[in-house]
Amino acid sequence: MVGPDGSIRAPYADVAKWLEAAPPDQLERLRIESELLYRRGGITFAVYGDAAGEERIIPFDIVPRMISTAEWARLELGLKQRVRALNMYLADIYGKQRVLKEKIVPEDLVWQNPAFRPEMAGVSVPHDIYVHIAGIDIVRIDADDYYVLEDNARTPSGVSYMLGGREISIRLMGDLYGAHRVAPVEDYPNELVSTLRSIAPKAAGDDPVVVLLTPGQFNSAYYEHSFLADKMGVELVEGRDLLVRDNFVYMRTTERPKRVDVIYRRIDDDFLDPLVFRPDSLLGVPGLFNAYAAKNVALANAVGTGAADDKAIYTYMPEIVKFFLGEEPILKNVPTWRCRNPNELSHVLAHLPELVVKEVHGSGGYGMLVGPAARAAEIERFRGLLKAHPENYIAQPTLALSACPSFVGSGVAPRHVDLRPFCLTGAKGVKIVPGGLTRVALKEGSLVVNSSQGGGTKDTWVVDV
Amino acid sequence: MRIRIKHRTAYAYDEPVYSITELLRMTPRDHDGQRVRRWRIDLDQDGRLVETEDAFGNMVHVLSLHRPLDSLAITVEGEVETDDTVGVISGAVERFPPGLYLRETALTRPDAAIKEFAADVIGDDKGLEGLHALLMAVKREVKFENGPTDASTTAAQAFKGRIGVCQDLSHVFIAAARSRGIPTRYVGGYLLREDGMVQQTAGHAWTEAHVPALGWVGFDPANGISPTAAHVRVAMGLDYLGAAPVRGSRSGGSEERLEVTVAVDHARGQQQN
Repeated sequence: MVGPDGSIRAPYADVAKWLEAAPPDQLERLRIESELLYRRGGITFAVYGDAAGEERIIPFDIVPRMISTAEWARLELGLKQRVRALNMYLADIYGKQRVLKEKIVPEDLVWQNPAFRPEMAGVSVPHDIYVHIAGIDIVRIDADDYYVLEDNARTPSGVSYMLGGREISIRLMGDLYGAHRVAPVEDYPNELVSTLRSIAPKAAGDDPVVVLLTPGQFNSAYYEHSFLADKMGVELVEGRDLLVRDNFVYMRTTERPKRVDVIYRRIDDDFLDPLVFRPDSLLGVPGLFNAYAAKNVALANAVGTGAADDKAIYTYMPEIVKFFLGEEPILKNVPTWRCRNPNELSHVLAHLPELVVKEVHGSGGYGMLVGPAARAAEIERFRGLLKAHPENYIAQPTLALSACPSFVGSGVAPRHVDLRPFCLTGAKGVKIVPGGLTRVALKEGSLVVNSSQGGGTKDTWVVDV
Repeated sequence: MRIRIKHRTAYAYDEPVYSITELLRMTPRDHDGQRVRRWRIDLDQDGRLVETEDAFGNMVHVLSLHRPLDSLAITVEGEVETDDTVGVISGAVERFPPGLYLRETALTRPDAAIKEFAADVIGDDKGLEGLHALLMAVKREVKFENGPTDASTTAAQAFKGRIGVCQDLSHVFIAAARSRGIPTRYVGGYLLREDGMVQQTAGHAWTEAHVPALGWVGFDPANGISPTAAHVRVAMGLDYLGAAPVRGSRSGGSEERLEVTVAVDHARGQQQN
């Protein structure tokens, strides 16, 4: 909220006044009310490996995170550039592999990447789009520059929190909300469904059938799946509701089976089709992959998009943007040491207490070391892991992430935030609703915003100033 | 050599199944040591086979039947002419560079024991000598025997039990070779047996490893040899799952009885080329 010179940044002017005027018990009351609204709406989140509670609410912080329209415009350009590059990279590694021939990316990061799906090589996808829904995690470090922390190109989640947060803002913060011209996000489900319709096979005609395929109610994001299906007006299905006949996909209905043209799948590649991927999967649809490869059904996201978003490929994104688009990257990459490289590994080992170490193939804040916050034993454990399998890790400096005022019980205090905008790519290009999901590290001093690690969310207001 | 193959896969179900979907990798292709002279797939039920090709260049037929059935039999039958190429595979469909075949899969992930075994046997020799040493070592260490293993047995499990069938020996060979940085892959096919045993209960499986100066070279760990004119190569992948003759799923039909018969013989009774 505060600029480098100590003054309040322009988009926060009214928020700062409001915070000053609001008595602390009002903030506490709003927090309780917002939690009630969330519970009533059923927005809960199951945290893996948490035995205490199967489902809990991600804390919602009522103080909005503010972004000016000018700032957003630049961010949007950077995001569009980034997702275009991600898509071109995927089309290339599953197609002509120029990026390997010209040695932009080392071969083993493609061929031996667990998320690379050899089955996709030579399969053509509609409009060469692989990542229809991308969640790009972004942080602001200094006054001007946004950095990409992570690309999420598989099945990014969290958009229901963006939409739910906005609903709460409008209901509970009406005055403050009304005092700003906040760019709307409510259109996201419509944008999503038109993106999905735009990739339907030609034979589907003008009114393609779109479904959302969920792993089922035990998945941590099940609420989001049913919420989005409902908002989009499409069927929410599980694998057992679909069948493949003569290489076309059908949905079982009370009448006769109905042809399905586009599947927004929130199931990982591994579980999509037991005849092609994990044979023990009960969540998928036997024969689905072959129907997809035959272009008889479209999948969003495409199969194998994870090959573009792991932390090893991340380090090559600036080169990937330049190679495919011939442009300088608008969004920066956080400087990253590739531990697979012996020189970089020795630097990392020498500076472990200052660095953040992440697993190359991990996700969601699991299996990472935050040096400055870690106990000596934890640092030594990671030292052992790094020495044993350096290729599995990258390291980054601890960033001075921007902080937003947040209500934390003891009052209002700055807390670190990131931002996950949701970028939709369809036949007509890239669409991004202004803002996205702001995640906040509610623990004092914490830099980890993942909901699995005690993070919360905020509404994100893109406003004219 | 001209080899005749007849391979019948028959399912019988206690209660009718109402839906069957299968991917069949049962159709060989030509390469320098192999020419398919005639080949056909027959179903004993009305149904359509959709012919496709997978990313590795294998011929795949997709079978989907959605009506009550109490049995199903798939029969492939044909003749293939083969030459002895001293194990070198050239002229085959190649969709990926050798580097892809260093990938770990669930069935071929080496554990500490396999890594140690591979280091002892191969050391840093990525050439023919190291691979031949590995071939003999796998044959010696893992006893060929039906029974204890099944289609989901991993290389590490088979190596630990020191027992397995051609699929398991191949997985151990692959896991070991890849752990030393040698691109290696799984091959499914048929073997005309030297002992004249025409009737068999399954197809055969072996491996191919990439040797820089030669390209892909076959290694048959179950027999401790490189493939000869007696081997008919049908499908290739990273492991068994990529080359399995049938990957299928069904709904309904509580119990399934599966009967596989494979007959591999000299065509028209001829003994030599």
